This record gives sequence, structure tokens and C-alpha cells, in this order.
Amino acid sequence: MATTFTKIASVSVGSGGSANIDFTSIPQTYTDLCVKVSSRDTYSAAFLDVFMQLAGVTSSVYTYRRVIGNGTTASSSSGTDVNIPIAVHPGATATAGSFANYEIYIPNYTSAFNKSVSVDTVGDQNATLSYNALYTGIMSNTSAVTSIKILCQTSFAQYSTATLYGIKNS
Amino acid sequence: MAILDKLLRRNTMSEVATAIEVNCATGEVTERPLTTEELAQREADAQAYASKKHEEEVAAQAAAEAKAALLTKLGITEDEAKLLLA
Repeated sequence: MATTFTKIASVSVGSGGSANIDFTSIPQTYTDLCVKVSSRDTYSAAFLDVFMQLAGVTSSVYTYRRVIGNGTTASSSSGTDVNIPIAVHPGATATAGSFANYEIYIPNYTSAFNKSVSVDTVGDQNATLSYNALYTGIMSNTSAVTSIKILCQTSFAQYSTATLYGIKNS
Repeated sequence: MAILDKLLRRNTMSEVATAIEVNCATGEVTERPLTTEELAQREADAQAYASKKHEEEVAAQAAAEAKAALLTKLGITEDEAKLLLA
């Protein structure tokens, strides 16, 4: 049976925290990419947004749409920005030890077309205020995805993890 | 200044903002301070985010006040309005 889902790299944030998690020199030998993340922020708030940039592109070419529920109400939002929002993760005032889980999927990342992204995320803290969200985004830039930068608003807390997988279609 | 730092999610002198970089070709993991460009981008992003959040809060507050004013004008409670619309 063909191996279609392969771990490329993994990272775990140490005690000092980290503002960004960058995957660089991503091999161009797969069909799609997937990043599975577990994260928490060090900033003193219940929940904070997490963002992503692809291929080192920092201009305002990312268009996104988000559908989100917070345990009480559901809402949606959209926009164009210098990055794509991909998750809402717990901050320092959220329940201790709670982390958000999210999966980022980037199909056809080597293509010469704009790059699409989909993300499903759960920002849970074992309390009423917890988030479930779906994100979709497009980077209007045809660069191949050779790097992925995941950014949080202050610093990823210790024990946050991210693992990059390559997926082959055969 | 401390409040502005917090609003802009800026690190103070004692906290050097770092990035963890994983080179997928070599497997090498390095932790490095953010570059000047990254710090500038981070600050610009934080300011834009704070501004957007503020606009959303102002809009939400205005909507809540308009709703409350309408309920007062109609002389009904929010629960009664929900009953009417159910």
C-alpha cells in the first residue's frame, strides 16, 4: 500500500515560548500539505487569534472567511489581510492546561495557481466560552508554498506543538 | 507605555520575541530572535488588529444601543420582542 501521509517535520515550543513557528525549505515532492497544531498563548486573555502566512508572502493578498461558534452564539466574518486567521486559541486566563487543536490543509501547494487553505479548529477550555470554527482562505499569489509561518499575537506557550505532513495522491 | 505595549502585544525589554524555525530539508530546528522586518510587521499587524477590534466593538455597542432605544420606544422587553418574532 502506498504511503500517502508522511510526517515532514515537527516542533514543540520550549519554556521560553515563541512568537512564530516557521516551517522552511518544505520539499516540493508531495501533492498536498497538512499541519496539525496544538497551541496556547501566553498573553493575559481568555482567547486570542492565530494567523498564518505562506511562502514568505507578507502583502495583503490573503482573503478569508470564517464561521465560528463560541458556546453561546454563532457568527461569521470575512476579509482581506496580510495573513489568514486560522484559529482561536486559549490565552493565559483560560483554564490551565487547555490548548486549541486545529488542522490546516493546503491542497496543490506546488501549483502555479493561487493557494487555497482550509482549517478546522477547536479552542476548548472545558468551560462555556469555547470556540469551534471553520476557516477558508486563498492566497492570491502563485508562488509555490516553500514555507509556512504560524503567528500568534504574543507568544506560543510551552508545550504548543505543530507537525507538518506531506500527502501524496498515490 | 506598558498599556500600549499590552495593547500592541509588544514584548518588553526582558522578553525577546523569538521564532522557532524548522528547516524541513535538514530537520534542523533553530530558535532565533525576530528580525527587524518581522518585528515591524508584527507591530503593524498588532496595530491593525487592535484598530479592527476597536471598530467591531464600537459597531457592536452602537447596535446594542440602537436595539435598546427601539425596545424603549416600543415599550417592550427583549424577551417580548423575541416572542413577537418567534
